[in-house]
Amino acid sequence: MFLQPVPSDNFQLPPSMADTAPPIDKAYDFIFWFSVVFFVAVNAAMIYFVMKYKRRKGVRPEPTGHFMKLELFWTITPTIFIFFLFHAGFTGYIRNATAAEGATEIRVRAKKWSWEFEYPSGDRAPAELTLELNRPYKMIISSEDVLHSFYIPEFRMKRDAVPGQYSFIQFTPTVAGDAHVFCAEYCGTSHSGMLATVKILPPEQYKEWEKTLGKCTGTPEECKPEKWGETLFVKNGCPTCHGAGGTGDIAGSKSPGPKLVGLFGHQENTTAGPVTADENYIRESILRPNAKIVAGYQTVQMPPFVFKDDQLDAIIAYIKSLK
Amino acid sequence: MAAITTTPGAHHDAEDPNASFLEKKGLMSWLVTLDHKRIGIMYLISVMIAFALGGIFALLVRAELLTQGKTLMDADTYNKMFSLHGVVMVFLFIIPSIPAAMGNIILPIQLGAKDVAFPRLNLLSLYIYWFGACFGLYSMINGGVDTGWTFYTPYSSSDPALGGVGSSTSVIPMTLAAFIMGFSSILTGVNFIATVHKMRAPGLTWRRLTLFTWALYSTSIIQVLATPVLAITLLLLTMERFLGLGIFDPRLGGDPVLFQHFFWFYSHPAVYIMIVPGMGVVSDIIATFSRREPVGYMAIAASSLGLALLGFLVWGHHLFVAGMSEYATMVFSALTFLVAIPSGVKVFNWVATLYKGSISLQSPMLWALSFIFLFTIGGLTGLFLGMLAVDVHLHDTYFVVAHFHYVMVGGTVMGFVGGLHYWWPKFTGKMYDEAPAKAGWFFVFVGFNITFIAQFIMGSRGMPRRYYDYLPEYEIFHQISTVGSWVLGFGFVIILYVLVKSLMSGKPAPRNPWGSAALEFQTPTPPPTFNFVKDPVLTRGQYDYQLATEDELYEGFDDPLFPGIRGGKPAAKPAAAAEGEKE
Ligand code: HEM
Ligand SMILES: [Cu+2]
Repeated sequence: MFLQPVPSDNFQLPPSMADTAPPIDKAYDFIFWFSVVFFVAVNAAMIYFVMKYKRRKGVRPEPTGHFMKLELFWTITPTIFIFFLFHAGFTGYIRNATAAEGATEIRVRAKKWSWEFEYPSGDRAPAELTLELNRPYKMIISSEDVLHSFYIPEFRMKRDAVPGQYSFIQFTPTVAGDAHVFCAEYCGTSHSGMLATVKILPPEQYKEWEKTLGKCTGTPEECKPEKWGETLFVKNGCPTCHGAGGTGDIAGSKSPGPKLVGLFGHQENTTAGPVTADENYIRESILRPNAKIVAGYQTVQMPPFVFKDDQLDAIIAYIKSLK
Repeated sequence: MAAITTTPGAHHDAEDPNASFLEKKGLMSWLVTLDHKRIGIMYLISVMIAFALGGIFALLVRAELLTQGKTLMDADTYNKMFSLHGVVMVFLFIIPSIPAAMGNIILPIQLGAKDVAFPRLNLLSLYIYWFGACFGLYSMINGGVDTGWTFYTPYSSSDPALGGVGSSTSVIPMTLAAFIMGFSSILTGVNFIATVHKMRAPGLTWRRLTLFTWALYSTSIIQVLATPVLAITLLLLTMERFLGLGIFDPRLGGDPVLFQHFFWFYSHPAVYIMIVPGMGVVSDIIATFSRREPVGYMAIAASSLGLALLGFLVWGHHLFVAGMSEYATMVFSALTFLVAIPSGVKVFNWVATLYKGSISLQSPMLWALSFIFLFTIGGLTGLFLGMLAVDVHLHDTYFVVAHFHYVMVGGTVMGFVGGLHYWWPKFTGKMYDEAPAKAGWFFVFVGFNITFIAQFIMGSRGMPRRYYDYLPEYEIFHQISTVGSWVLGFGFVIILYVLVKSLMSGKPAPRNPWGSAALEFQTPTPPPTFNFVKDPVLTRGQYDYQLATEDELYEGFDDPLFPGIRGGKPAAKPAAAAEGEKE
């Protein structure tokens, strides 16, 4: 991750970086202090009584009487408090559920185990969601396989990505810097590796970035097809299934997807018979992974990816270089 | 109203009706017994084994999280560990723990009955539980499951072997295990309801039931009404996975969120199956150890029923971010808050019972008081989650994990272990050593708080649950939590040692070691096969400490079978004054 952490002023919560956070933090503080007072009152009374009324010979317990008024008091008082709690939680929720006029729409696609963001221009980028400071956004979230959940703790926002339907969240980033994206709904082997970064840029920097969208942004050295291909490989989450560097090994155990090192030019046994791994085979395996599945890997489904031609070329060049 | 007495079946060879129920030896005498106490003991052993197994899984999960990246196992193994931990703890331990194990032993005695209403059904439910457990074991040996105990679709229902995108583990036997154990739970529920209605001893009016009995009665209602929904849901899941019927998987035309509605329609009420019996145990322990009838007896009894009913209306709070309409979330949030009221009422009443009591801090009481302490934290953090805006942030983070552990461990397990200490002398006939028992309590209490307070903090700071790996900023919290889990585990080892030692070499227990007014402490220890040497007739309530004479408060109460006799000697003042007063 490439995070420049923004400090938080509340030990219990991550930094607040969007307009959706303050209403939630206010509600959180309210319920927190309410709970502290209530907890201390009940438990202090309990501990005090236990010490004060310790069993002593010759001291009888007081017979229990009926305390109608007391019972009513401690039924009705919490009911009133609870009304306030509900109200505080509900207003914050409704406020955050309404989109600002003219919000920029971004498509968020979740798949095992990576995030892909599609900007209004039609360009897609994995693993990094770049946003402009103070611009209202609406995320249109969907999943290509199982349930996931799009969670940005710094925005206090979360919504499940459900296959077969769209869900939405909206916010306006208010602080420049980096924030996290977590997958919050359990989705299998690499659930905890399904991360992304939100980069919130001031308008000038955002304009700069926009020009580079979909292109290689590094030094000429970093933009050699092989190198750029490696960057794309990492950012698209390929290592969550094929291991770092396509080694087929994750933390000492066999990865869910086949090893890619030494693949090029090698004969593969697939569900469609033996195939020699050439450029066309690799291209097909990225765009339509289920056309030919490597024997022994039928139980893990690789999601299809969408790339521009120059990006595909770079990735193929990278896989060719893995020896 | 007349209580129906059990018809002694051929199963009870009544050679000596007054011999202890533990007298007969031999495996067969246990396996075909119809005695509720023996069935209860077999349940107790089973759930304790399940608890140990689930505990080992938990320690492994925590150990893996000690350092970032791989510590002990790979991601798939980790995912199976936390799933098995959840499945074992929920379905094999916590749901049958207090009702089927302790309730079976104590409930009929507290009713002054010879047995439950349907002793054969009772044995059947134990066998069904074991049968279900076999499926669970089979699934574990056969690769386990990595779906979490919630089995969310389509991950759990789409089998990659049939072209699906989900889990490739043995999900079907595991769901069948939960499916089968559900029947055991239903049968126990039916049995208890009938027993409470029909088997009360003469003089045992509804107003004189113990709060433990009330709690089990409420729990039984939930078990009977909610469990069938789980059964259907899991069956549908199995059919989708096995036959490719499109019910939950959108690729087959199903709706994945539908599963969550079905699942929580059972599993939310089920959290009350888990906690209400614990509340019952605590109510009884507090009454005994403060020598006072619980304040607001009717309020506590009614709030058990209230929780049982309200519990059916709030399942939607598990789906606030899963894609429900704003209107539905609003209704579910409001209903969720209503649940806090009966919970709060109980806490207030327990604390008020201590006021001007005569309190003795023996080990069962320590567990009961820590129940109150920890349950207030569990309940209050539930309010955080009930607040819509806040839940959007906290849902599916470690905050939720800590919340439900404060309720299920801080609540139910404290009640379970407290009840185990409280009734242990009664059903084993042996005393245990008080000092090491208290030490065990201390380590559990401290270890538990270290483990889960760290989880509250990392959760509210954004750490999602069910994560094999985590970012560096969460490492310190994970490490504190893991160390806490060792302290907690050590506490349970001490308790195990204390209990085993008591079985081996404990002093014989008296009839009423705590001086309780409840019926189960008025019968010999351990009780005879038919529970009482003479059919009891109740002349007073089971909490009527105000009727006690000075030394009764120290030495226990009159023998209900032989009014005026206590511990073999005539008592100073017969405690029959309450006769007819309450009815
Ligand atoms: C004052 C009472 C309570 C309130 C207001 C409350 C509220 C909530 C809410 C709103 C959630 C959903 C959180 C989320 O998933 O984002 C939740 C989760 C949970 N609660 Fe409670 N709760 C209460 C008591 C209990 C009790 C008594 C138990 C069990 C004995 C319990 C066990 C659970 C469990 C197991 C979950 C999480 C389930 C999961 O997602 O895996 N709660 N609670
Ligand atoms: Cu996911």
